[in-house]
Amino acid sequence: MDTLKFSPINLGRWILWGGTALVFLVAPHIFTNSFALTMLTQMGAFIIFALSYNMLLGQSGMLSFGHAVYSGLGAYMAVHALNLAAKGVLPIPLPLLPLVGGFAGLIFGVIFGYVTTRKSGTTFAMISLGIGEMVFACALMFPGFFGGEAGISTNRVIGKPFLGLTFGPALQVYYLVAAWCFLCMAAMFALTQTPLGRMANAVRDNPERTEFVGYNTQHVRFLQMVLASFFAGVSGGLSCINFEIVSAENVSAIRSGGVLLATFIGGIPFFFGPIIGSVVFIIFVVALSGFTKAWLLYLGLFFLAMVLYAPGGLASLLLMQIPVIRARRFGELAVPYLLAGCAALMALAGLIGIVEMVYRLSEQGVSTVLTVLGWSFDANSAAPWAVFGLLLGGGLVALRYAARLVGERWGTIQAGLQGRAA
Amino acid sequence: MTAPAIELRDVHKSFGSTLIIQGVSLSVAQGERHAIIGPNGAGKSTLYNLISGRFPVSAGSIWLNGEDITGLKPYEINRKGLSRSFQVTNIFHNMTVYENIRCGVLWSLGYRYSFWHRMNGLAEVRRRAEEVMEKIGLEKRRGMLAGVLTYAEQRALEIGVTIAGGAGAILLDEPTAGMSRSETARAVELVRSITEGRTLIMVEHDMGVVFDLADRISVLVYGEIIATGKPEEIRANPSVQEAYLGGLHKKDGHA
Repeated sequence: MDTLKFSPINLGRWILWGGTALVFLVAPHIFTNSFALTMLTQMGAFIIFALSYNMLLGQSGMLSFGHAVYSGLGAYMAVHALNLAAKGVLPIPLPLLPLVGGFAGLIFGVIFGYVTTRKSGTTFAMISLGIGEMVFACALMFPGFFGGEAGISTNRVIGKPFLGLTFGPALQVYYLVAAWCFLCMAAMFALTQTPLGRMANAVRDNPERTEFVGYNTQHVRFLQMVLASFFAGVSGGLSCINFEIVSAENVSAIRSGGVLLATFIGGIPFFFGPIIGSVVFIIFVVALSGFTKAWLLYLGLFFLAMVLYAPGGLASLLLMQIPVIRARRFGELAVPYLLAGCAALMALAGLIGIVEMVYRLSEQGVSTVLTVLGWSFDANSAAPWAVFGLLLGGGLVALRYAARLVGERWGTIQAGLQGRAA
Repeated sequence: MTAPAIELRDVHKSFGSTLIIQGVSLSVAQGERHAIIGPNGAGKSTLYNLISGRFPVSAGSIWLNGEDITGLKPYEINRKGLSRSFQVTNIFHNMTVYENIRCGVLWSLGYRYSFWHRMNGLAEVRRRAEEVMEKIGLEKRRGMLAGVLTYAEQRALEIGVTIAGGAGAILLDEPTAGMSRSETARAVELVRSITEGRTLIMVEHDMGVVFDLADRISVLVYGEIIATGKPEEIRANPSVQEAYLGGLHKKDGHA
């Protein structure tokens, strides 16, 4: 009976992990240009970082504002190790360099985690912020180790090729990152299924009761912190290999904030949420920043929208559809979704137009003429303001109605599903 | 002679200048079912919080099986074999019934903070959790989230989490609070069966339950125990009647 009952779940799990591995394998052959490859590589490293962050935030209820400390210090240790290896002092093959980062992260996790995890909630968040600022200040104060403003650069091509790989070409680096990413994903998922992983959830949900079933919540938080720091360090080691430079930016509050944003956007209640979040985040940071200087504003607005309307992140939006699709009622939502999508696009177009014009006007020495889809216009004239203003206003009004329609349909479907279940 | 299961020696507790518990001494023998009764605000819940380590005592000492547990942390006291439930249901609402029980089982089976065991592979944990679920009558609810259970089911789960670790001494804080008559009857049977061979201290407002279950009763009034004895002794005690029982019985009679 049991095997019959559980086999589909296991099969699903195999398909899921197999599919993930396949995506890692074929992605660079679908997105073949070098820019896309750079992005994929960064996504891989960031996925590890965000998943490790979610070991704290999503799984243990610890809001950290200083997670970059562990990835950044891991990256610093890795860059020094790599430079030593290049001199022939340290016999370490490049593919294992992320382990140096990982163990460095782990050691700093033990040291700083001992302080931060003594408290939970707001106090934990404050201490993590303080430690983040402290480490960042140190990075600028001790140029001997941290390389000052310029950081420490390196060259990843060292010694003899490892199994015929030099790791000079970007594609080889991508596959190195992909392999580590897959390994770390599997390891972090496995951790959620252990006694510690489950008790971390218990500490998150009800720390008081956890103490009364024999667990020291402080110790649970500490261990989660140390393990998360290890994976953050691995991610730092990979970014050291990828960029061949490590600077104070790696331990900065900006990076700590970035991982919080990415993780939240993806969805902290779900293991795979941060994976989606990382992909979206890197698209914003790497791709969008090439198009517009206002990318950070867009990212901020997107984050705000998620916090307000979808606190479960993109993952929750996706998972919500599954029961509807299973009941074969997704068709009823298709039209409302399409309408809402169009309205949102309209409002977005208006918003982007206005934001870009503002940027052009506020910046000195930049042409105020913009060209969109063959339409050239001057930000100093009234017409484009009227057009984009109408788009934004009309889009928002349309979005309100479309959202109401979605809500109504959603309500009837949910009522139907519940009626069937009862 | 074996040491008492739970012993309080001249325990005091004050919050600021307010004395809540003023010199409580109490000895509960191994395997005894002991009830603490008293009017609202008498300090019953505070006494529980002192025994289970939730609050530190201001003075006095608390002993578990002849061992001084004064000043230990709740998790240390739990590991020594004393487990408690809460008056306001205090379970893991976002976890299933099965997972709730499992949380209670884990430490006692020695898995502690392990991050190298796969939870679903732990046959012993599974077996113990199944046993507890059957005992509290929630085996059919195993996959449901604790937060969506009925009130009576949540109270049963509260007891389940409390006993899951196999503690020898159990503190139950109003296990039948807010239940209907039929639910109360079931809860009494549950408490009776799970405390078989264990020491129980319980706080309870329902006098029917108290006189039905308890081997001995202590009456707590304004932070002091004014009487301890067998149910019939307590019923016959004039000062208890005056302080507490009389008024309550009259109310019951009208209901």
